[in-house]
Amino acid sequence: MTEDPATEAPRPTSVDLAASFEESGVREVLQELDDTMIGLAPVKQRIKETAALLLVDQARRQMGLATETPTLHMSFTGNPGTGKTTVALKMADLLHRLGYVRKGHLVTVTRDDLVGQYIGHTAPKTKEVLKKAMGGVLFIDEAYYLYRPENERDYGQEAIEILLQVMENNRDDLVVILAGYADRMDRFFASNPGFRSRIAHHIEFPDYTDDELLQISEIMLDEQNYTFDPKARQAMAEYIVARREQPHFANARSIRNALDRARLRQANRLFQEATGPLDGPTLSTINESDIRASRVFRGGLDVDRPSQKEAAE
Amino acid sequence: MRLRQGQFSFLPDLTDDDIRTQAQYAIDNGWAVSVEYTDDPHPRNSYWEMWGHPMFDNPDAAAVVFEVNECRKEHGGKYIRVLAFDATAGWESIRMSFIVNRPAEEPGFRVVRQEVDGRSVRYTIESYAVREPEGQRYA
Repeated sequence: MTEDPATEAPRPTSVDLAASFEESGVREVLQELDDTMIGLAPVKQRIKETAALLLVDQARRQMGLATETPTLHMSFTGNPGTGKTTVALKMADLLHRLGYVRKGHLVTVTRDDLVGQYIGHTAPKTKEVLKKAMGGVLFIDEAYYLYRPENERDYGQEAIEILLQVMENNRDDLVVILAGYADRMDRFFASNPGFRSRIAHHIEFPDYTDDELLQISEIMLDEQNYTFDPKARQAMAEYIVARREQPHFANARSIRNALDRARLRQANRLFQEATGPLDGPTLSTINESDIRASRVFRGGLDVDRPSQKEAAE
Repeated sequence: MRLRQGQFSFLPDLTDDDIRTQAQYAIDNGWAVSVEYTDDPHPRNSYWEMWGHPMFDNPDAAAVVFEVNECRKEHGGKYIRVLAFDATAGWESIRMSFIVNRPAEEPGFRVVRQEVDGRSVRYTIESYAVREPEGQRYA
């Protein structure tokens, strides 16, 4: 039932990279990446390089110069909230448009989805997840949790072995992206050399600067049809500086949470102050008091204050 | 005697790539694909052993080929088939079924004649394979 080799289209003798760049729709993905993601310059640079590599590889394959599927497994390292999942989603789209994955869906998992609770539970669980991800991209968040050196009977090792096997044997079927904090991922790779050698692309996500976070907060609000008034914007800038110094700072995720709470306070304020009908702008403006009421300006949550922490220890 | 059951059974054996294409067709139609195996090839044996659960939420057929190959490792000497189940109201039934693996030797079937009520004869068929106990059929 295979196609007769004689009827196959003849191989092209030259390729137009610019044309295939346009045709494949890679330009739109890269453009979208530029438009929707603030900052992350090194990440964008790496993705552009990867896209170029894949386009050239695709052209080489059309001309019969390359036959092997390149290794596409990646690791994304960076602090929480730096956009790893969002970029992974874009990466899945990019790989799909270039024809390296057939479906282009993203399956996001953590240790709990891969590792079982008792003997014999892990392998079926891991395989189930891998099957779901086939034809797309498997994104393993906080991948270093898979390996727990302190417990030698930990089932994580079993999941790692199955992962490695499928990453090697089913390279055409799925792309695995490991994500996590930089230092812990380094330790994870050091203790699992098999992983390091099977991952071709290591991409580091830098923290956002204060300015970038402010821009991000405005985009987030804009998506939900809210705006800052000028004073609130100033308060948000100060909020970001203060929040960064406090524990559990998670870049864009902290900003999202802060905005959610600001919207809550705004709703409360409207309820208490409103005497008559409200117009659209009033309903969608976050003002200074909504931001300033945050505990961040008073030194963060009680449990996280350093003095108390030290006293507890 | 080559067993002719389900789709494509008069064609040469399907390659992994053919299996993937067919399974992908089923998935694209929204049917749940599953893998089953048996060592009792009687045509009325509709209850084959299930190899894992039906794959309800796999968007890509590579997973089906993966499972077929896993099943071959364990039950390479038996019949393996791929099924596609359509859950839409009104159908609720198997829409596709094809054999993807068969034993090296297929001994075929014999006709058993039973004389009843005077000179009447009842006919039935029996696979030569099932004369051996389960687990010992097909080497």
